[in-house]
Amino acid sequence: MSRSTEDSHRRMLRARDAVDRRYAEPLDVPALARLAHVSPAHFIRTFRATFGETPNRYLQRRRIERAMFLLRTSDATVTDVCMRVGFSSLGTFSRVFSAVVGEAPSVYRRRGPLAPVPGCFAMAWLRPGVETAGSEKPGEPTAP
Amino acid sequence: MLTSISISQIFVPDQDAALAFYVDQLGFAVQADVQFGPMRFLTVALPTDPGHAVLLEKPGPPGHSEETAAQVRELVAKGAAGGHLFLTTDDAHRTHAELAARGVELPEAPTVQPYGIDFGFRDPFGNHLRVAQTTPPPSA
Repeated sequence: MSRSTEDSHRRMLRARDAVDRRYAEPLDVPALARLAHVSPAHFIRTFRATFGETPNRYLQRRRIERAMFLLRTSDATVTDVCMRVGFSSLGTFSRVFSAVVGEAPSVYRRRGPLAPVPGCFAMAWLRPGVETAGSEKPGEPTAP
Repeated sequence: MLTSISISQIFVPDQDAALAFYVDQLGFAVQADVQFGPMRFLTVALPTDPGHAVLLEKPGPPGHSEETAAQVRELVAKGAAGGHLFLTTDDAHRTHAELAARGVELPEAPTVQPYGIDFGFRDPFGNHLRVAQTTPPPSA
């Protein structure tokens, strides 16, 4: 029984890794479920049981986290950042970003440049939290 | 006082599969392979850096109960208890190509970062590895 759980975990981790690297593509649940070779309903249920949040929510956090990173490490315009992280509407991006981070993208940018840490570390720790995303105040990542 | 890190540990559910990956595909060498009672004490290190070994430890009894070992395996499999190894290279692009040629599943292309060029991947179990060509090159 636990071996099949491990196998399921590993397949869900593969799908989550796919979100991590393909977040800028027009991903949605059916597309992700195809990557995991399961039905969309089964995928949502299993992903949520494994990681504690839905695949859509994870994808959204990943996109917002990348936007946060780009806003503080590049000169790209907010519109450009919006497109580069996989949103197709600036209005949607600004609304979701503000809801998750607690401030608008242009305001968040004024926090200044990030400390140089490995990309995977920034990805894991800059990302807004699962439970408190609405009021999350992301801290500075520190060196590993 | 303390002077260096000699051995770090990660959990691997299958030590033979771990050897196939770390030695045959990544180029580590076996440093210790000792049957220690019920446990196989297995360490590998890079030939260029024998002072930093990695203990490839299989969770299981008597160190862990069967139930705990199963929990550890499950957490590693979903990347939650997976260890992290940060490795260096003098040429990230060439290393990426060599690893790909050896059949390593590489989800990321080398990316320019403030500290160098790096890419990440996983071992067959869910542990995370990251390879960086740091700026400036450490061998310069």
